Amino acid sequence: MTSEKPREASRLTRIVRASLPTVPLWVIAALFVLPILWFLLSSFKPGGELFRFPLTFLPDTWTLDGYLRAWDRVDFSLYFRNTFVVATVTTTLTVIVSAATGYALAKYKAWWLTALFMCVLSTTMLPTEVILSPTFVVIRDLGLYDTLAGIIVPSILTASGIFMFRQFFQTVPDELIEAARIDGAGEIGIFFRIMLPLARPIVITLAIFSFQWRWNDYIWPLLVLNDPDKFTLQVALRSLLGAENIDWTILLPASVISILPLLVIFLVAQRYIMSSDLNSGLKD
Amino acid sequence: MTTVPTRGGRRLGRYTLAPLLFTAVAAVLYGLFFVWPGALGLFYSFTDYRGIGEPEFIGMENYTDLFSDDDFWHSLTRTLLYVCASVPLVYVSALAIAVLLTSKYAKGRTAAKVVFFLPWLISPIVIGVIWRWMFGESFGAVNFLLDQLGAGAVPWSSNADLSLAVVVVASAWAGMAFNMLLFIAAIRNVPTSYYEAASLDGANAWQRFRNITLPGIAPTSFMVILLSTIGHMKEFAMVQALNGGGPGTSNRLIVQYIYETGFNRANVGYASAVSMVLMVLLLIIAFVQTRVEKRANRDF
Repeated sequence: MTSEKPREASRLTRIVRASLPTVPLWVIAALFVLPILWFLLSSFKPGGELFRFPLTFLPDTWTLDGYLRAWDRVDFSLYFRNTFVVATVTTTLTVIVSAATGYALAKYKAWWLTALFMCVLSTTMLPTEVILSPTFVVIRDLGLYDTLAGIIVPSILTASGIFMFRQFFQTVPDELIEAARIDGAGEIGIFFRIMLPLARPIVITLAIFSFQWRWNDYIWPLLVLNDPDKFTLQVALRSLLGAENIDWTILLPASVISILPLLVIFLVAQRYIMSSDLNSGLKD
Repeated sequence: MTTVPTRGGRRLGRYTLAPLLFTAVAAVLYGLFFVWPGALGLFYSFTDYRGIGEPEFIGMENYTDLFSDDDFWHSLTRTLLYVCASVPLVYVSALAIAVLLTSKYAKGRTAAKVVFFLPWLISPIVIGVIWRWMFGESFGAVNFLLDQLGAGAVPWSSNADLSLAVVVVASAWAGMAFNMLLFIAAIRNVPTSYYEAASLDGANAWQRFRNITLPGIAPTSFMVILLSTIGHMKEFAMVQALNGGGPGTSNRLIVQYIYETGFNRANVGYASAVSMVLMVLLLIIAFVQTRVEKRANRDF
């Protein structure tokens, strides 16, 4: 390493070695981002340019006209509010329920806990989305039809969240709990005052994932909601697509607007997603 | 509530009461939104329930009707075709990109990772919008490019198979990000000493990948395949936005079929029978895959 000669000699080798993975990586990345770029750039084109051939990659005239019209046509403040309420309330409840359940599954032994774990496992294999009609009847009979609670309550339980916490708490030494018990702490107190703060990284990771799931969810709101004033963003977007003639000049900017909140969260909390050691069934 | 485990009249101690409290909400939710609809669906599947009035028991009629229902078979085979095309594509692309991103010689890995992860933020509905916009037959960028290259326009939305191909590529594009993260975590967990030893023995990059990486990440591979299979079997939202199951009903996947039968035509009994068939199918898939995984683990 210290001698000059071999380093000079290996310069070509180093370039080849670096470009071998780098070139395909960035070619694929460019292809990957192309659909998003095209979609984004199109949203800044004026209506007349959108369908004018030959198409140009960059807009000839940049305009926010589509955005202003989309903001006018679609009641974003309403849909944002509805979606935001659903996403935050569900996420908070999901984190608490998943943490408590995962903790119990990791740190207590009982035959019925094993049974419950199998039940939770079964929800990933047999998702409720496939039994739409009976689920709808249950929601109706519970009086949750056409309420935001009807989207929130059924979405609280996620196997992924419970797995994440179970896995984390299994790595926490039992001695910690024993010591707290000797000091006279109650079981509930141990969980809330010692265990939950310890699991902070999991809490944040699950919160981000859960928020994304709920923000982008389509099938539950479609099933439960009827009143357009209660629509979430995704259902509202879908209604723009429903017409025979799609108004792309509004649809494209509206779609871009709907992504923005998640983009902000991603940029702020990026490291929690990217560095999280994902190895559980983290998929809704 | 869950059953209180006081077998043999044992006193309810703190070690029973506490986990009971911790899991009570999850157990109740599981009962309400999983067991109840499941049982109800099974019951409805033997009735002619139409959403209102009293369900009337009709035995196996829904199931026998299903067997001769061409629409059902078409949706089911279309869904299976979709799964068989998408899952390998998602698997290979996620793994390939994860390998590139973990290669220590690649430049700009962090930035590339962010690029690859972007689709994860986008909802299935908007993903449908993005791809529909690109593959529009008369206005899409893809056909414009093909036309410029002299290949002529391709009927992306009026040909059923091409339309499904667009759905397959879009779903792989959208589903890649998450699986890529799983693979990156798995690849990082393979001990580096294995690679060093293999290099000393003169193994080339492909041999190292084939004999060290692939066996090392086998559990993750199985999980990715299983979760993607289930995820694709229940595909609904993205197709709704991309082509609405079209042209016509040629790409109506099974969940859309259940939705339309149960809600648009209010044929709850019949839709429930389809749900039950789908449930059994998913159960078989999960069972077969875990069996294969067990056998594979034994062989390694």
